[in-house]
Amino acid sequence: MIERTDVIIIGAGHNGLVCASTLARAGMKVLCLESSDSAGGMSAPRSIRENYHFPGLAHASYPISAAIRRELKLDQYGYVPGTAVDTIALDAAGQHLTIGTDRIVGDNLSEADEQAYPAFRKTYLAFAKAIRPLFDSKPPRLKDMDFADTATLAKLGWNVRLGLGRETMYEFLRVAAINIYDVLNEEFDDDRLKAAIAVDAIMGSAMGPRSPGTVLTWLQRLQGEINGPLSLQSGGQAQLAHALTQSAESAGVTIQLNTHVEKILIENGKAFGVQLTNGDMVKAKVIISNADPRSTFSDLVGAPQLDAMFANRVTQIRGSGVVAKLHLALKGLPEFTGLAEPQLRNRLLVAPSMKYIEHAFNHSKYNECSENPVLEITLPSLHNSSLAPDGHHVMSVNVAFVPYAPDGGWQQQKSTYAYKVISLLGQYAPNLTSLVVDHEFLTPQDIEEQFHAVQGHWHHGELSIHQSFMMRPLHGAAQYDTPVDGLFLCGAGCHPGGGLTGLPGHNAAKRVLKLGGAK
Amino acid sequence: MTFHHEHFRQPFLRSPFIERIEALSSTENWTGWNTYKVPRVVDKLTSEYFAVRSGCAVMDLTPMEKYRISGTDAAAYLDRLVTRDISTLRPGRVTYIVWCNDDGKVIDDGTLFQLANNDYRLCAQHHQLDWLLMSASGFDVQIRTETSDVAALAVQGPTSYSVLTAAGIAGLDGLKPFGIANLRCDGIAITVSRTGFTGDLGYEVWVEPKHALTIWDAIFGVQGQYDVVAMGLDALEMVRIEAGFIMPGFDFNTADATVRNGHDRSPYEIGLGWVVNLDKGHFTGRKALLAEKARPIQRRLTKIVVDGNKPVGEAFIYAGKNGKQIGEVRCTTWSPVLKANLALADIEYVNGKLSPKLWARFDYQRELKWHTAWAECHSQTKPFYTPDHRSATPPGRF
Repeated sequence: MIERTDVIIIGAGHNGLVCASTLARAGMKVLCLESSDSAGGMSAPRSIRENYHFPGLAHASYPISAAIRRELKLDQYGYVPGTAVDTIALDAAGQHLTIGTDRIVGDNLSEADEQAYPAFRKTYLAFAKAIRPLFDSKPPRLKDMDFADTATLAKLGWNVRLGLGRETMYEFLRVAAINIYDVLNEEFDDDRLKAAIAVDAIMGSAMGPRSPGTVLTWLQRLQGEINGPLSLQSGGQAQLAHALTQSAESAGVTIQLNTHVEKILIENGKAFGVQLTNGDMVKAKVIISNADPRSTFSDLVGAPQLDAMFANRVTQIRGSGVVAKLHLALKGLPEFTGLAEPQLRNRLLVAPSMKYIEHAFNHSKYNECSENPVLEITLPSLHNSSLAPDGHHVMSVNVAFVPYAPDGGWQQQKSTYAYKVISLLGQYAPNLTSLVVDHEFLTPQDIEEQFHAVQGHWHHGELSIHQSFMMRPLHGAAQYDTPVDGLFLCGAGCHPGGGLTGLPGHNAAKRVLKLGGAK
Repeated sequence: MTFHHEHFRQPFLRSPFIERIEALSSTENWTGWNTYKVPRVVDKLTSEYFAVRSGCAVMDLTPMEKYRISGTDAAAYLDRLVTRDISTLRPGRVTYIVWCNDDGKVIDDGTLFQLANNDYRLCAQHHQLDWLLMSASGFDVQIRTETSDVAALAVQGPTSYSVLTAAGIAGLDGLKPFGIANLRCDGIAITVSRTGFTGDLGYEVWVEPKHALTIWDAIFGVQGQYDVVAMGLDALEMVRIEAGFIMPGFDFNTADATVRNGHDRSPYEIGLGWVVNLDKGHFTGRKALLAEKARPIQRRLTKIVVDGNKPVGEAFIYAGKNGKQIGEVRCTTWSPVLKANLALADIEYVNGKLSPKLWARFDYQRELKWHTAWAECHSQTKPFYTPDHRSATPPGRF
């Protein structure tokens, strides 16, 4: 069977959906092919035991930008950014620290830190805003710039020099490429506070606080905060995946689930369709891959259709997932020592110090699972009671750092390790272990298999400096178009990277339209 | 090949033929080629040159980089590697190839021998293993350097067929240019290909290194009946220019050795457009070459005959005498058979066209005194020297 359409988007992850909806609104006939049984990718809800529901692999995010919300009418389709939450840095002795966007509350916090915090936040949010022009458009090329590239660089230069002012600009240039560990030690004394900020700089990346470039990863994360505070995904109608699906479908996008693309079909250097695993073929003028750049080029396109240096660069993309996900079905609400019930609605962190985080990271470098991992804990059922049966709850925990391929393999240690994590949680919430009805532990290998993200990396590739901006995902494919005519990328592997932002998808759609559909 | 910490004591590797060449060397004029010790001139340049053109010259080819490429995807791998369509190549045949980087700039040229199905030998001027391995990702292919595992001799010249036959190698009668035959010599299994770098009738003999001297001795054993001359690189340089063959790294800068923007060259720019097949499917550099082909050509390595008999050496090329400087001579030789100054020159084209008037300006010495000379140049597309006997099958007997 051969179908025809204008645009095929491979993968209905949130970026694929943003791209699809944007192109459909511009009048293109879009077919979105998704291999799993639900749209939304890492933002798609999932369940265990039928009646315990989780908001998805991504349990916390920042609001989608106003421009995308408006353009895709997301609010009209039920999108609510989620509930704004604070971060609570857990302390084994119960002396927790509650960290908000501009204030901190907690025991044993020095006055100096308390006062430094709002000023620090203000400065870094200003840095984030200064580099904002880079995020909303295709990354500028340094050679053969077009007008859009020049405009982006001009805005960037204006923001950094005149927006920030001379002194702040000097500070920005000093810290932009260094590590968050040094910066935080300059600013603060409190280990809990420093660790909590450092977690935001490194979570999802194979980086510790002392890795170079961790100020940049934090600034990338702060881009989200320009749109609004950190919010918890709470599933259901309000969730991003649902609103995006509605937006896309109402614009005329056809989303075909359980459809596996086996190969991108190329003739004479131009992509003209896709081959499905069921033998069907779909033809289109434009093929856009929401899949990981590595699987797109190495598997769907294949090295024979690529130049040797480019194909080799694809194999060198760095991005090995280091975060596992623990989903717990609980028959009651866990009691955290020193926390009242309303506080459990926040994001809880187990990361007592930056040294603790760095040690946890070190293990993953040597293919070991950290015995003392960093944990990011949320209880989505406190925001949406329909996620679990009456009186029951669901807990979603990001576990860093675990390697993609631990020595001895995951098979051997997966369940033992999951129990270790549960017992570590038990140190903060003593009744937790007795409440666990069931659990699901997603290793980076599981994430790879279920979300088609190579090596289980959230962002389809490290957000390191050498893989950012005009080098993301790699030189030769950094402006969403690729060496294969008619083939574009729109996923997190592209600029400006991961997180539930929709920006790569939106920028890619603009690029496709700018190039007149297909080059 | 063994590597050990005393490698510096032996700066040159020794080919299995080297002791015979050393015995013949009256000049001790040695140089290095891919780290092997090779002669520039063994005895007399003139006799080595004329052996190629009117007798039989033998040259040690062992130092040439040789790679064995095999595996299920070997053919697909090679088709993606090189600009030429090699799907038409068959076992027992050889083809001339060139390969480019992603920007369509030439990395090297060479010859590809198809020894069997999915089994190839690639011979190259320069070391290529890193590029070959890098190109292999995504292909089921094995690549192995076999430079020191195979001894090779070029046996070139009008009498080469008669010499090899007299040396006891039977079965060369039907071997066509670019053909490969598995034969025997003195009971030893050898491979003979009708290939060479001289533009004359000629063969290349491939043998296990342990039998190298036996084969050398068999060939040189016909001395008395035929004249057989060991030849060095200097004579090769003369005959390869006559034949119009180019030397990557000398006549143009290879892509992997180029630092400055615009100093590398595409196949079109070095006169190898005929080896580029843009319709065969994807290969490395295809997209860049398609784009280049759509524009007027900017420059080309051009064969020129320079009037007069003054040694040209290094020279600039001008659009007319005292005109605009548009090129540079890359290599030059006096051709004794053609009685002409031959050169390959890198010349800029204007609007895709070669200037109708070409003049060379060069400096030459006479009794230590320097003079500047202007000489008109005449471009041509065909090789300077292509004798009929080079392609006759069976070759003429002497």
